Order: sequence, then structure tokens, then C-alpha cells
Amino acid sequence: MEQTILEAKDINKYFHDPVTVQVLKNISFSIHKSEFASIIGKSGCGKSTLLYILSTMDTDYEGQLFIDGQAIRGKKEAELAFIRNEKIGFVFQFHYLLNEFSVLRNVMLPGLKLAKQSEKEIEHRAYEKLKILGIENEALKNPNQLSGGQKQRVAIARALINDPLIIMGDEPTGNLDKKNSQIVFAIFQELAEEYHQSLLIVTHDNSFAERTHRIIEMEDGSIIRM
Amino acid sequence: MNFKLIISVSRSLLMARLKQTLIAAVGVTFSITMFITLLSFMGGLNSMLDGLVLNRTPHVRLYNEILPAQHQPIDVSSDYQGDYNFVSSIKPKNERPDLRNSGAIIRTLRSDKRVLGVAPKINAQVFFNVGSIDLSGVVNGIDVEEENRLFTFSDYVIEGDYMDLKNTPNSIILGKGLADKMLASVGDVVQITTSRGERIQLKVVGYFQSGLQDIDKVQSYASLNTTQKMLGVPNSYITDLQVKLLDMNEAPAVAKEMQATFDVEAIDIQTANSQFETGSFVRTLISYAVGITLLVVAGFGIYNILNMMIYEKMDSIAILKATGFSGKDVNRIFITIAMTIGVVGGIFGLLFGLGLSAIIDQIPFDTQALPTIKTYPVNYNPKFYIIGGIFSLVTTYFAGYFPSRKASKVDPVVIIRGK
Repeated sequence: MEQTILEAKDINKYFHDPVTVQVLKNISFSIHKSEFASIIGKSGCGKSTLLYILSTMDTDYEGQLFIDGQAIRGKKEAELAFIRNEKIGFVFQFHYLLNEFSVLRNVMLPGLKLAKQSEKEIEHRAYEKLKILGIENEALKNPNQLSGGQKQRVAIARALINDPLIIMGDEPTGNLDKKNSQIVFAIFQELAEEYHQSLLIVTHDNSFAERTHRIIEMEDGSIIRM
Repeated sequence: MNFKLIISVSRSLLMARLKQTLIAAVGVTFSITMFITLLSFMGGLNSMLDGLVLNRTPHVRLYNEILPAQHQPIDVSSDYQGDYNFVSSIKPKNERPDLRNSGAIIRTLRSDKRVLGVAPKINAQVFFNVGSIDLSGVVNGIDVEEENRLFTFSDYVIEGDYMDLKNTPNSIILGKGLADKMLASVGDVVQITTSRGERIQLKVVGYFQSGLQDIDKVQSYASLNTTQKMLGVPNSYITDLQVKLLDMNEAPAVAKEMQATFDVEAIDIQTANSQFETGSFVRTLISYAVGITLLVVAGFGIYNILNMMIYEKMDSIAILKATGFSGKDVNRIFITIAMTIGVVGGIFGLLFGLGLSAIIDQIPFDTQALPTIKTYPVNYNPKFYIIGGIFSLVTTYFAGYFPSRKASKVDPVVIIRGK
């Protein structure tokens, strides 16, 4: 039996504005260590909503969520922030790099926040991560000097800096052209195969999903295939 | 807590909006500058105006008031103890207006640890004879050296040397207004008639100008000896004892004590000049009010800038929170920004305030009424700087508090999903 790193039990979620609508219905599933999973579904089926609940950022739901065996519900905001910092890496559709910092500094930020290592070590690790992603030469540039694909790779490096338990992606290739999408997918695959990194990627791109180890398909707030 | 990281994030956000933050800091600088300048200037004016009267007013004045006796013989009589006694038309007894046993009182006072010094004084009503006209006036017989030590007499002597009063026998220093009326210049001799009708001639050795015209028109100074001789009284004759204390605030208590001990009338400076304290207080209050208003306005400027920054940096806040910064961290980042503006603006404000006060201190301010003042008075009280510094920190903290709280409450899901 492989180690379960993320487990959802009977998660229900409602939107109350303007009328109460149930967007997630009894979602239960788990992710094992070094699994490369994708969530697919039509627009509005609740896949992103689910991801934000799993990511601990959305706390308004019913049911149970365990990350690395820890119950997440009822934890304080600062504790959740710490869990996100240490155990989860994010890649969004938009890169969300801070233009005031260099690429290197952007990658280092979550590491500096965790502060488990000295600044020198974090910098060294950031360089390593950038090297994995093939953009170590851009380290000292400003994010707005990079292309869209490069920015997304920087965002992935940032997600990797604390060696997270799992990387969560919300349409990470949604904003990219075909070539860059391929590159990003190749990176994810490499992370999964070579570094045994667990990944959970929300996407509406079926060709992307088909190449992952496991597909979780959603429809109208329920899981129909997993 | 990782302060270095928070400071570095704050700095980068500050740098991203350098112009606006500079303007906010300039607002704080300006208000602190004005606050310091206003208070220093107002403080200087206050102490000058107070000094005009308070420096020359004894903290406690001992004198002998001519009053009807408090107790009539019938009150003491045992036969009428249970009765109400009415005595009409009581008059004061004929007695000299001098302090009895003044020598002993002076010795006792001089050995008192709370007392800085004692200056004896004789108050004599006289007439100055100018041709056929008699001008009423007052001659103050003073101990020249003590008077100068305690009440800076020499500051007000605008012509002649005050020590001549002691060194030249039968000499007088006239008030400027009085001298002008009499057309008496230094070296002239003026004729005086005392209240008992004796005539005496005194040599004018100087003028004094107090700044209060009513005083300058009637007052004049002579030495104790000259005055005693003029009045035909013995050496021990003294009408007033002017006591200066080390701590002015002790005056009421000390006055009460002296009144009981020496059986004389004693009045303290607070009772005699309460209106001056009120004036100073109101002026200070107004300066503080204006200064604080300026600071509050600067505070709104900071509030605006931070609010704008938060709207602009919503994405950055969202990603910081997504990658593990807690609401508290984000709050600290924006408080740090606000406090940086406050500290930098405040420090420059204090420096500029000092500079501006120093400039005001150099501006000539010549007035006939105030012979000792040559430039605008400025008070460099460190208290103003401490208060200004604290106020700049407090207002910027509060200006930053609400925007920071808003930033800390940003929900990353809303921002990221909204894209």
C-alpha cells in the first residue's frame, strides 16, 4: 500500500450568492505519494472549486480533508498558511510573479518564508530548481523580461522550492501556446517520473489529462470517474 | 518571525510606488516640521511674554498690609464669649508700612534650602517735581546686586550702568516713559517730594525699560540707602521682601508657611499672576491642535497611498498568501510600509523643524517694548521633538492599520479565480 498524502471525505460545498447552489456533492478520493493525477471536467463542474478546497485556501466547506494525515478542518488561518508553505506547491493559470523581485528572488520567497535553511542555501536550491526547468540563465532578470512560457516555468520552480508533498495546478497550461504547453507538460512528467513528485492538476485539456497517470473526471459537482 | 523577509517584501512594494510613498513621506515631514516650528516658536513667545512679568515677579512677596485688627478686645473678653458682638467703624491702627524684624526674617529665609535668594525692597510713593508740576510716581529702593542676581535688573537698564545706583550716592534710575515726560537725561538732577513733604535731589544715572508702558511711566529705582535717607527712616526699614525659590511650583505652600511663621502678608506668584499661566496654556493648546491637525491630514495621505497600493498589489498579496504567508505576515508587511513612511518622514520633519526654528531664531525682531529681545524667540525644548516623533509614529501606525487589516483579509481564492 502506497502512502496516502491527500484524502478528501464527503466534501460538500455550497455557493450562497445569489441563491444557494450545491457545487460539490460528496466528493471522496485520495492521492498517493508520487501520483500524477489530473482532474478534468466541463467548465463549471466544480473542479477548480475542489482544488481550492484541497489547497486549504478555501475553508468554507463541509466534510473532512486530510493532508499528510493531518485533519485540515478547523485549523487556524496561520496554521493553514504554514501547511501551504511547507507541503503544497502552486501553479496557476496566471504566473503571479512579483515584478518587484528578480526571478531568483521570486523562486526563493516561499523558501525564505519557511526559513528552514539559510538564505545562501535557499538561493542555491533556487538555482537548482531553475536548472531543472532550464531557465537558470534568466535568474537575475525581472519577471516582466521573460516570455509567457518562461514565466510559467519560474512559477513551477517557485512551487518546487520547499520540496512540497504535492504540487497543485489550476489550468497551468491554460494561458500558454501549444509549444509552451508541451514544455510545461514535459516538465510535469519529468518531475513525476524522475523526482517522484506528486502532482494534482486541474485542466480542461483532455489530451493533457490522458497522458497523466490517473484521471479524475467530474460532472455537476460529483466525481464520475477516478 | 522572519522580519528580514517582511522588510524585504515591504521595501520592494515601497520601491514599486516610490513617487507616491515619497509624497506621503513628504506630507509627514511637512506636518512634523510645522509642528516643531510652531511649538518652538510659540514656546519661545510664551516664555518671553511670561518672562516679561514672571522673571521680574518674586515667587513669594512678603509685605505688611495695613488692615484693621482681626480681633477686637471685646472678642477676647471672657464676659461676652457667648454673645454676638458688633463693633462699628473699625479703623486701622496708625502703624508704619514696614516689615517688623526684617533683618531676622531675611536671615531665616536665606538659610532656607528652598530659597534661591531674598531681595529687600522699599516702596515709596513720591512726587517728581517738574517745574511747577508734580508727577506722581514710585521710587523702589532696592538692593542693587541682589535685585540683579534674582530679577536680571541689568537687562532692563537701557542706558547707564545699573551699578552706578550703588556706587553713586543719591542716584536714581528712571523709567523711560517717566524720563521722557520729565525731559531728564542721564547726568541731570531731578527733584523729588516725599509723601511727608520732604524735598530731595537725586542724580539720574540711567533709564530702564520694562516693556510695560504703565510701569515705565511711574516707576523708578534707587538704592536702599538712598530711599531710606529720602524717607528719613532707619536702616532696618523695608516694606517688601521678594523671595525667589528654586522651584516656582512650591510658591503657594511656601507663602502660606511664611505667612504663619513671620506674621506678615505673603502672596505667591501663581495667585498674583494667574492670567499669564492661562494665556500660555491656551496658546500652547492652540499650537498643539494645529500641529496634530496637520499630522492627521498627513495620516490620511498615508492611508490613501496604502489603499491604492493594496488594490494595485492584490495579485501579489494573493500569491504571497497562496504560497504560505499568513494574514498576519501580510498585515506586518503593510504596517512596515506605513511605519517606514512615518519614521523617514518623521526624522526629516524633526530635522527640518530644527532647521526652520533655527532660521526663525535668526530673524531680527526689534521692538521698543522688549529691550532684551533682538531676534524672534524660539524655544528648543526637546519635549517638542519627542512629542512630534511619537505623534508621527502613532498617526502613521493608525493610518496603516486599516489598509493593512484589509490586505490581511484578502481572500486569495477570490483573486486567483477571478482571473
